Amino acid sequence: MSEEAKDSDVVLRCEGLHRYLGEGEGRVHVLRGVSFEARKGHVYAIVGPSGCGKSTLLYQLGLLDQPDGGQITLAGELMSNSSDEARTAARNRHLGFVFQFHFLMLEFSALENVIMPMRKQGKLSPKEMEERASSLLESVGLGDKLHRLGTQLSGGEQQRVAVARALANEPSVILADEPTGNLDHKNSDMVFNLLTRLAKENDQAIVLVTHNPEIAKRCDFVRPMIDGEFVAED
Amino acid sequence: MSPNFRIAFRFLTAKKRAMFMSLSCIVLGVGLFIITQATTSGFEKFFIRTILGTNGAIRISDKMQDTMGLMLAAGSDPGETSMVISNRENRKYIEGIDEPRLLIKGLRPFGNVAAVSQVVTGSVTAESSFKDEDAKIYGIELDDHIAVSDLEHQIVRGDLGEFRISPLGIIIGSGLAVRLRVDPGDSLSIQTREQNRRYTIVGIYETGVADIDRERIYMHLSEARSMLKKTTGASFLQVGLIEPKRAPADALLMEETLRHSAESWQEREKTWLEVFRALRISSAITVSVFTLIAGLAMFNTLAMIVMEKTKDIAILRSMGYTRDDILQIFLWQSVIVLLIGNVLGCLLGALGTFGISQVPVNITGIFATDTFIVHGSIWHYVAAVGTATVMVMLASLVPARRAARLEPGDVIRGTAQ
Repeated sequence: MSEEAKDSDVVLRCEGLHRYLGEGEGRVHVLRGVSFEARKGHVYAIVGPSGCGKSTLLYQLGLLDQPDGGQITLAGELMSNSSDEARTAARNRHLGFVFQFHFLMLEFSALENVIMPMRKQGKLSPKEMEERASSLLESVGLGDKLHRLGTQLSGGEQQRVAVARALANEPSVILADEPTGNLDHKNSDMVFNLLTRLAKENDQAIVLVTHNPEIAKRCDFVRPMIDGEFVAED
Repeated sequence: MSPNFRIAFRFLTAKKRAMFMSLSCIVLGVGLFIITQATTSGFEKFFIRTILGTNGAIRISDKMQDTMGLMLAAGSDPGETSMVISNRENRKYIEGIDEPRLLIKGLRPFGNVAAVSQVVTGSVTAESSFKDEDAKIYGIELDDHIAVSDLEHQIVRGDLGEFRISPLGIIIGSGLAVRLRVDPGDSLSIQTREQNRRYTIVGIYETGVADIDRERIYMHLSEARSMLKKTTGASFLQVGLIEPKRAPADALLMEETLRHSAESWQEREKTWLEVFRALRISSAITVSVFTLIAGLAMFNTLAMIVMEKTKDIAILRSMGYTRDDILQIFLWQSVIVLLIGNVLGCLLGALGTFGISQVPVNITGIFATDTFIVHGSIWHYVAAVGTATVMVMLASLVPARRAARLEPGDVIRGTAQ
């Protein structure tokens, strides 16, 4: 693969990323010049002990937080110093999120949860949105529970809805923070398989933070992190 | 339906009890505002109608003195008391009108003037078979006076037609009739210092204004002139206007043009009108407390929803919903509650106003009524809805802005403030 071809595959990149959290004496240097890149069709696992900065890095990459130093480039666009509006628009266009604690909007049905990012994007007609959401929910095995409210779904089902929602706008990158951390073994397997299969089918990059070595082992790349820095794999 | 509205509606319906509390306060605030405004302005309007129906829109009386110096002016008849009146602007007036016909002619160019009645008044003693009372006779031309007053509708006993055909017929106030213990058909002796004449009571009127009903006696103008020995001239002209609200401006112009004092009903009844205004404002302020509580309740409801929905806000932000979207979602919730509250509040106001208008209440003194007087006006509804809208929206801005300012990263990390 040529250098040029490789570069066009990179959808998300950060260089020399720094982030401090807390104030005064409690101020902690969480990310210490982290650099990372994610390419289309690959699954990346960021692993490490609690408090090493994995999730902080993920929120930085997801443009949910502002870095104190360094650069983030998403789909060729420098985002680290951009306005809140630009970052919000980029999240809608290029990023899909799966959080650890499901984070479904419980007053809405599974279908409505999946439609929500599409509504914001406004590219599809209401009928097309419904069709796409139904098809995504079918693909995660919830075709028969489209109209169930979040409260009427089990933990595993909620996380599958969250996966479908993350894929709704066909993002370039899916960021998942411990997507299986709150699920039993069977559901963990199912969610991970789903996420990776659907993303690979659509040539999307997946960056996931996990404590689960089983899950990490099945990813294309594993990036161990300690004290806010990537370290070489053992 | 916009996505933001849809989300707002769901958030709101998930907090039914809190929303019901805010809604109740808005409904009560709007409804009571309308009811209190309808009753206070109802009584005010009724009072105005009463005073316009008794003393007319403008009263033109004393002649302005041409010279600035203080001087005594002779009365038109020999032996009559002469008097100089000074008003607050240091103008000097000579009591009464010498040439009423000329003044009436002078009023013709005033487009707002509907009718004019010349009146001759004087103090007398009225004596019945039982007792005597101080009274005031009002000499009028019946048709002229009917055109500038509600006398025709104020007759409670007897017959105005009878007055028309009886040169010695008089109409007396209900208060005076009670004091003298007389009825239509009875005769009454009217005495001045020089004369004593007997008249027949052909009618009893009631204006509701106690001061008028207990002292005013209407008689034919020619009889009054003869009784009071005022062969020419008039005590005052009572002027009816097409648009009574314009009375102050018209009165000012009449005063300058006709060189006679002209007093509008607004100036004449300034004290009572101020009392009504103060009542209306104070009741509006009192009732606005409900809308203030509605605002606080809405603030409380939204603040609770913001606290409970921080994760949902973070999810929405992660999906690409902007800060403005979040602000809108929370403001929409206020708008939804406000809309429902305003509609129900207006209904409560309309029904309450109607209900109160049926409540029996006996009021006499400055007017007479057997039921609560209400006056419905679209402006009461506009003011009630406006007050509620301003209070609730202002109260909603704080939690809505707080929601919009939440950093999604902080929320997900669990460090949101």
